[in-house]
Amino acid sequence: MTALRDPGQPDSGSLLGRRWAAAIGDTSYVTVSDAQLAQLLQDLVDRLRTAVRAEPPDTAVAEEAGAALVGAHFTGVDALQRSIAMLAAELDREPRPRTATWTVIGAFAAGYTRALRDMTLTEQESIRRADLIARTRTEQALRASDARFRAVFSGAAVAIGIGDVQGALLDVNPALSEMLGYSADELRGRSVLSLVHPDDVADVAAEVYRALAEGGREHVRVEKRFVRRDGEAIWGLLTVSLVPGEDGEPGYVVAVGEDVTDLHRLQTTLRYQAMHDPLTGLPNRVMFSERMDEAFETAADDARLGVLFIDLDGFKIINDTLGHDIGDRLLVMAAERLDRGVSSSGHLVARMGGDEFVVLVEQSGGEGEVTALAEKLLAELCRPCQIDEHLLTVSASIGVVERPISATDRSELMRHVDAALYWAKADGRNQWSLFDSARSEAEAMRYTVSASMPAGLQRREFYLEYQPITDLDDGRLCGLEALVRWRHPYFGAMRPDDFIGIAEDTGLIVPLGRWVLEEACREARSWADLMPDPPFVSVNVAARQAADPALVDEVRAVLEQTGLPPERLQLELTESAAMGPAPIDTLHALSELGCRIAIDDFGTGYSNLAYLRSLPVSSLKLASLFVAGLQPVPGLDGDVDAEIVATLVSLARTLRLTVTAEGVETPTQVERLRALGCHLGQGYLFGTPMAADEVRKLLH
Amino acid sequence: MEQHPASDVEPERPSAARVYDYYLGGSHNFAVDRAMAEQAIRILPELPGNMRANRAFLRRAVRYMIAQGVRQFLDLGSGIPTVGNVHEVALDEAPDARVVYVDNDPVAVAHSQSILEDVPRATVVQADVTDPDTVLGQARRHLDLDRPVGVLMVALLHFVPESAAPASLIARYRDAVVPGSLLAISHGTADQQGDRGPAMEALYSRSANPLVSRDKATIERFFDGYDLVDPGVVFVPLWRPEPGALPSATPPERTATYAGVGRLR
Repeated sequence: MTALRDPGQPDSGSLLGRRWAAAIGDTSYVTVSDAQLAQLLQDLVDRLRTAVRAEPPDTAVAEEAGAALVGAHFTGVDALQRSIAMLAAELDREPRPRTATWTVIGAFAAGYTRALRDMTLTEQESIRRADLIARTRTEQALRASDARFRAVFSGAAVAIGIGDVQGALLDVNPALSEMLGYSADELRGRSVLSLVHPDDVADVAAEVYRALAEGGREHVRVEKRFVRRDGEAIWGLLTVSLVPGEDGEPGYVVAVGEDVTDLHRLQTTLRYQAMHDPLTGLPNRVMFSERMDEAFETAADDARLGVLFIDLDGFKIINDTLGHDIGDRLLVMAAERLDRGVSSSGHLVARMGGDEFVVLVEQSGGEGEVTALAEKLLAELCRPCQIDEHLLTVSASIGVVERPISATDRSELMRHVDAALYWAKADGRNQWSLFDSARSEAEAMRYTVSASMPAGLQRREFYLEYQPITDLDDGRLCGLEALVRWRHPYFGAMRPDDFIGIAEDTGLIVPLGRWVLEEACREARSWADLMPDPPFVSVNVAARQAADPALVDEVRAVLEQTGLPPERLQLELTESAAMGPAPIDTLHALSELGCRIAIDDFGTGYSNLAYLRSLPVSSLKLASLFVAGLQPVPGLDGDVDAEIVATLVSLARTLRLTVTAEGVETPTQVERLRALGCHLGQGYLFGTPMAADEVRKLLH
Repeated sequence: MEQHPASDVEPERPSAARVYDYYLGGSHNFAVDRAMAEQAIRILPELPGNMRANRAFLRRAVRYMIAQGVRQFLDLGSGIPTVGNVHEVALDEAPDARVVYVDNDPVAVAHSQSILEDVPRATVVQADVTDPDTVLGQARRHLDLDRPVGVLMVALLHFVPESAAPASLIARYRDAVVPGSLLAISHGTADQQGDRGPAMEALYSRSANPLVSRDKATIERFFDGYDLVDPGVVFVPLWRPEPGALPSATPPERTATYAGVGRLR
């Protein structure tokens, strides 16, 4: 623009340029500074003056000047109007005809207009081109995105269906066609629900409707059955989404999913396998456990529950002798019978493992119902089973528990039914046993007693008392029976009846018996210091001790240790202990040591008299039961007892055995015993059991 | 999946960039743009004047930055750079300058590309200025961010609502450039507008691109981390007027626009 500048112009001219700039400066946005603009306009004024002065007036120069105004971006039309007003006044001062001025101004206006029109058209053209380019790009992007989407839609391994909000399919992909066995054309327009398995239609409609319409959730997953074109039912796992339309209202429903039939089948199988015993096909422990939990969770307040715990008797022997194959087939047969036995009632039969089965009686009608079921099952199981050439008969033991659900819990119930089964086994098998809390408590006490016995021995809680044995002829004290007592820290003073049986069952009788023997012999030895002809001591020997061949060495060692002469030790054995399989050698050995051997409680067991003859026994003790009969009770016939006693004494005398009567309480009894020829007596009449120091005082 | 018809040439929505062009006297606009611009002018007749004042500030700011030695420019929300555009001003003063224009209007970007076809030192990036990661990622391909950059936010931030956290947006751009970089901001305001204030607010909020007017203190806080150069944040005609400028008949506050430039510490 500086090229337009004519350096020869006077200063007054540049003033004109500034005036012009001021007149039009606010009509348009121009890209140059005010000073540059004033200079530009001054150039234009100078050129227009020259154009007017020319003959004829130079319209070309005037047009150029108009175009230059547009070139400076004076696009606002006010700029032309104001420029003409100012130029007309200025050019009128030239000494030229008015027509010359008008010609030049007309050409200036034409030049401005032409340039503005060109500029407008050019700019319109360029912005339209830009718009078209932008539009094309957008469409290309859209097409590319659409093509990508189509590729995903068609190539997807997952099934995709697009439907309207009424549930009619609008479009489906090949995976969905393949899954359902219909062509895409067949599927378009079909209602989605018409493809759902009839049993699941209501569920699908409800789930999808509830989730999408009411809950406002955008996705819902449904796993339901669908029906293929060939009629086969398949499982489909679908995620259904609601896609809003352009107006924000629900527009489309898109379902994406897959055929999960195999997975479903596998899950069903796995669940079945997890819940069932593969051998018998019965529900297993896991399922029983679940049903039990359910029963506790859903029970009404007054509901009762019964459990039968069934164990086949002697199954191990069959397994061991005939092999596992036969054993397994027997289990299958037993399972079938149990299942048949309860199937009508709908109770659950489960195999707990091995040969153990369990029946869960929900909504039990009472103990009677459950024990009747146990009875029925026992009868079922007892029938012989034909397996190959074997005709097998098995029995079973059944523990039974029945009670209100609110009164128990799972673990207690199982503990009790287990205990009841144990009783059924212990009581001889092939029977049921109903759990009984009194029995359970007694067993619990037995357990406590047996558990505290070793410590009791160690802590010297046991002690001995001695009961006199008297000669019926002269009333002389001939012996003392040592009786063991237990000062129990919890139960207090305990008599032998309370713990000897337990000690025999647990085997603790062996150390206890050894202690009693030592203690009694030591005490009896001390009696010799008090009198010239001291009494013997009588010590009880339990069957289990007698069965132990070491007893002989033990007795010998104790006699040596204490220095008690053997003839002053009497060992008392019950009939059953003396008649047991082992003791005959032991008894002979003890007899050879010089000890006396007495049969305790004679007449209460099943004595083998022939065998008795061969035993090295020196004494019989008559049970107090018979002795009590010697005391006449009004209205009762005591003569039978008297005759039994007479017969027993006579027998003993025949075998040259001494007879001791136990439980002697009255002088009348003494009189009659003496008359019958009984030698010795023991009982309250002669003295109650007493402590060791009292014995010593008595002997002194 | 249905195809969009490609036949309708006339755009159905006005664009801020083309409306701006119309205010500046350009013809890079369509009927919808002009209709919208005329509607706004009826409510606020000085709008074209304000826009010219903004454009003039842009020119002065770029010249100032060039004078300060800055040779790289990032013009955010550049619109349709037709008259008095940054690269012309900058390259006229310093032929080694580089300019990156940023706009999200596809038409403005397409137009800019055609204008800049033969101008290797200037380029345009289509991106949303409220997505600084993308903008800076693209800009980095053309500008050396280890050297000072002139960041231009002219007539831009009043389109950014409070919900878009303009201050932290500015901070993102600030943290991407080195000390010595310059930031130019011009911003619409309702300060000192008297009775016109509510009318302006109403117009702004009714617009397709709602505008947010902010007071001077808020705009000064936008320069957090920068030292404001003289004369600070002022009405736009008052920011370093060019020597020899003609006195204006309208008072500066009529532009309803603040402007300022800061130097990064």
